[in-house]
Amino acid sequence: MSAQVVIFFVLALIAVFGAVSLIVQRHPIHSALSLILVMVALAGLYLLMGAEFVAAVQIIVYGGAIMVLFIFVIMLLNAGVEERTNLSRLAFYAGIPLAVAVTALIAAAIVGSKAATALPAAAPDTLTSTRTLSMLLFTEFVYPFELTSFLILVAILGAIVLAQREN
Amino acid sequence: MNEFLTHWAFLIVPIVKIAILVFIVLTVDAYLTWIERKVIAHIQARWGPHRVGPHGLLQPLADGVKFVFKEDPMPANADKVAYFLAPFITLMLAMTSLAVIPFGPQRFTVFGYETHVGIADVNISLLVLFAITALAVYGVALAGWASNNKYSLLGGLRSSAQMISYELALTLSVVGVLLIAGDFSLRNIVDQQAGSGKGLWSWNIFPQIIGFVCFFIAAIAETNRVPFDLPEAESELTAGFHTEYASMKFAMFFIAEYTNMITASCLATIMFFGGWLSPFPDSWTFAHYLPSVLMIPFGLWVIFDGVKYENLFGRLLLPGVGTVIAAIGAALIVFPVANDAIQGIFWFLAKVFTFLFVYIWMRGTLPRFRYDQLMSFGWKFLLPVSIANVVLTSAVILWRMH
Repeated sequence: MSAQVVIFFVLALIAVFGAVSLIVQRHPIHSALSLILVMVALAGLYLLMGAEFVAAVQIIVYGGAIMVLFIFVIMLLNAGVEERTNLSRLAFYAGIPLAVAVTALIAAAIVGSKAATALPAAAPDTLTSTRTLSMLLFTEFVYPFELTSFLILVAILGAIVLAQREN
Repeated sequence: MNEFLTHWAFLIVPIVKIAILVFIVLTVDAYLTWIERKVIAHIQARWGPHRVGPHGLLQPLADGVKFVFKEDPMPANADKVAYFLAPFITLMLAMTSLAVIPFGPQRFTVFGYETHVGIADVNISLLVLFAITALAVYGVALAGWASNNKYSLLGGLRSSAQMISYELALTLSVVGVLLIAGDFSLRNIVDQQAGSGKGLWSWNIFPQIIGFVCFFIAAIAETNRVPFDLPEAESELTAGFHTEYASMKFAMFFIAEYTNMITASCLATIMFFGGWLSPFPDSWTFAHYLPSVLMIPFGLWVIFDGVKYENLFGRLLLPGVGTVIAAIGAALIVFPVANDAIQGIFWFLAKVFTFLFVYIWMRGTLPRFRYDQLMSFGWKFLLPVSIANVVLTSAVILWRMH
């Protein structure tokens, strides 16, 4: 096994462990911490594929900004340990077959595809470098890019309006 | 044996470099506390530490021993996992951020493995650094929350809010430098500042003076230092987020804070002050003797001061240290190869220590901000100014292109 494959499996295991722990943990802060673990492991996987800019942005945006907000809110609300209720019937009879079906679908897709035999090849350097990425964003994909910024601006304005309604 | 080394050099060389860097950084951290206490003491007309060893020079050692042997109680009903994780996260991230900083210009080959002064040469090193700083909030926030103490929680919340607010200004303030350099690699940013060998006139500090002021203020806030040390404002919050931490866990927060100071100083040096470049023009070759010119008189002064020290231990130790310093200075004159090799590192360290001194100087000078002042300063002044700097820099670059 090459070093890359070893690193891939280590990161994948960490990501899966974090995802499972996210659901199993009973305290919201522990769940949030597990989610951060998943985010960081995903960034490592991006790095392994040679998408270094995406990896850094993944940590900065998801790990640094969004999850900090989650933790912040949980701490401010002083949320306690969640209470376990009995599984609802619907979740039991519909959820488990659905989960099995989704797992089977993903497994079939992985087994069926040719890429499953090898690691995803690192994208060519010309595509992943930050310079090329920004060139593409500001030329070919400028309208989707600007539209997304506009959407975010609207969301920010909406948040401010909602927060100020009380006064 | 040699074959083994050549085969595994890609693994062994970085590990050895990491071990050396960790040792150096921990020593510098320890003596930074000594320098800080001494400088602030002299600002306030006191003596500072002077009992353990001559001039208190062994004080950091005594502090270290004390930290190791102190009792380490855990508060009742604390969240065990988060309580343990918090200092580790903080220290780990502080140390990791040093890994992408290049300390000198040289590239050399060990056992057929090409390497350089620094741990990792990543071509997006600045982004990696910001990614690591972005995660640093968790250590402080978790420490405050997990301690089950209202002062800790308030300190943790304050700190997270402060770090989130100033991170924006910190990131935006360096965009000007990135626009000029057109590169995320710290090494390339320094190389680009070399210009045409005219010395300090091609450094980024002149076109980016606004960016530097924003960067330095935001960096102080990010490292939780005076005048932005509200997370540990002792008159309001006892000790803020680390109130409930004792022994080595407290020491880990402490080491992390000083390591963050070193990282911020290194970054300011690299981004705005030309990193390892000499401020003198290339043609001034006699400036290469500056390290010796500084070290020999300093060594002689330490000897002169040491021989009349009040106890025998000091009368032996200080002249010994002075002799070593003066001897290194003299050796650098005798061996020009060694002298040329240390030029880059000498300037880098000189600049970094100047910044560290400014940090300490400010702690001895400035009073603490009030919390609402801190927030309105960050959001209503620092952030708009950094954005204006980005717009201005882009406009100038665009104007020059046409």
